[in-house]
Amino acid sequence: MQKYLIRRLVLMIPTLLGVTFLVFVMLRSMPGDVTTNLLGDYGAASPELRQAILKDFGLDEAVPIQYVKWLGDIARLDFGTSFFSGRSVNTELQSRLVVTTQLGVMALVINLALGIPIGILSAVRQNSWFDNAGRTLAISLLAAPNFWIALLLITMAGRYFKWGVPSTSYVGFFDDPIRNLKFTIVPAIILGASGSGTIMRFTRTAMLEVMRQDYIRTAWSKGLRERVVVVRHALRNALIPVVTVIGLFIPAIIGGSVIIESIYSIPGVGRYYFSSIRQLDLPVVQAVNLLGAVVVVFANLAVDLAYSFLNPRIRYS
Amino acid sequence: MATAQQTLERGAVSGALPFHQRWTKSTLKFIKRYPLGAVGAFFVIVLVAMAAVPQVFTPMETQDPLKQSILTRLEGPSASNWLGTDDLGRDVWARIVYGARTSIIIGFGTVIVAKTLSTAIGTVSGYYSGWFDTVFQRVIDIGAALPGLVFLILAVTVLAPRMPDVLFIQSDILAIILAVSVLNAVNSSRTVRSVALSLREEQYVDAARSLGATNMRIMTKHIVPNLFSIVLVSASLLVGSSVLLESSLSFLGYGVQPPSPSWGRMLNEAREFLTRAPHLAIFPGLLIFLTVWSFNMLGDALRDKLDPRLRGSN
Repeated sequence: MQKYLIRRLVLMIPTLLGVTFLVFVMLRSMPGDVTTNLLGDYGAASPELRQAILKDFGLDEAVPIQYVKWLGDIARLDFGTSFFSGRSVNTELQSRLVVTTQLGVMALVINLALGIPIGILSAVRQNSWFDNAGRTLAISLLAAPNFWIALLLITMAGRYFKWGVPSTSYVGFFDDPIRNLKFTIVPAIILGASGSGTIMRFTRTAMLEVMRQDYIRTAWSKGLRERVVVVRHALRNALIPVVTVIGLFIPAIIGGSVIIESIYSIPGVGRYYFSSIRQLDLPVVQAVNLLGAVVVVFANLAVDLAYSFLNPRIRYS
Repeated sequence: MATAQQTLERGAVSGALPFHQRWTKSTLKFIKRYPLGAVGAFFVIVLVAMAAVPQVFTPMETQDPLKQSILTRLEGPSASNWLGTDDLGRDVWARIVYGARTSIIIGFGTVIVAKTLSTAIGTVSGYYSGWFDTVFQRVIDIGAALPGLVFLILAVTVLAPRMPDVLFIQSDILAIILAVSVLNAVNSSRTVRSVALSLREEQYVDAARSLGATNMRIMTKHIVPNLFSIVLVSASLLVGSSVLLESSLSFLGYGVQPPSPSWGRMLNEAREFLTRAPHLAIFPGLLIFLTVWSFNMLGDALRDKLDPRLRGSN
């Protein structure tokens, strides 16, 4: 197990190098550079000024040299300085990471809290009205774009229920939890619900498969109560495949937060990334892609570990 | 084996019927057995028709997706503008109909590119499983670590200005197809690879090899055809997800650029007029929803039909 873990951790290094190099080269092959946005018309008027800025940002060197220098900084956990604000990317990201992490965790909790119970009930009462309603809901959630749901909520709820996006600006969770939750709960529900269709369907399929097993019949014939059979015998085994889907859901949350944050004006990483890519603020774009990749890689590892923890038959070596 | 038997059975039942009757019969059977899949298939046909001949669906002269009319801007649905008009007075229904072309091109384009790539990579990787496999698995690790939409935004921004316009496909649409396809192909080649790995051990592959078949022949004649059903099922689900991705990108302003109408961008433009003209936010989203829903339903039905092990489980 220990050996396996070390091997996986070592393999992460080439993977992350690959991701960062890809992002690095792609960013530098883009037409135009940060000076177009910084200088506006002055850039064309004064090539010297443009050159000076490029030199200042280290953009005048060859791409491989830039990359190695950047890697050196990353090794010291220094993400560089934002071209636009002039502040360090670490400070810029710090406060925003808190916001996005909160949104992501809330979304994940909502996602599981909706998906797993509905999936279980759907399977236990197969082909009942609840099952049909649950499956229809799951399919609808899979097909409806989350930004559309958000827009509909803003228009319809505003029109018919006098409820709208809170007009106050965003407050941190630790400053005023209640105001913060009022602000974040709806975006989190949309983000969480829109992915829960997948979890519902997976839970249902897995439960149906497990409920047909011999040991479930044994449990029934022992006269155990339904709740015990479902929760203690079936669910534990059915959750194994579901865990893998949770891992797949992490990148979806990262992507979804870009959209939801931009709709609800939440000052998180997603919205920052969105504006940074527009302005070609390369250090920020690189940092966010790297962080995203790190989260995804660790989520995948966590899934594999959880898999072997839940299913003792699977042993990694 | 199973397929041969099925063909026999089918032949015994309907072999005597002429072609069109047989076709009607099997269609009716599909509708009866998979009603939701049939509804999905129906919508898919309508969407493809919209993409192919949008003029048929927009008969009135007010219904031109690009014609602006500033006097009738932001109007609700009416007899001449069935779904109302947008901020430039353009007809929403016409823009939705013409937007179908964008979505369909992206949906099918992604499937063709992604599935060709993933089948090729997965088959070669699984069949040879030598240095190519080792190298490729590391590349695939990189692909699997890319943070989805975050990376796609970057990829499309980088690719779009460098792409040529191919036939009637705009460069930005081509960039989306390419970016989504590569990302999907890298990830889904894993499934193909694992199936190819097990197919390699089949007796008929040994038989072919002992008859002197080349590796190329074994792959194209014996392995790829057996991958067909899993590729087909994942293809129909991919159409839905690539339509969703395109609309997300366009909604954020990184996807399809004007003048091609795109449902995602229509929703983005609607954001400014949510209180004045809510109809702008409803219909394009409804179409995205219907499109994704239809392809998913069709995919589910196809999966049930092609993979008997899963029948009735979902």
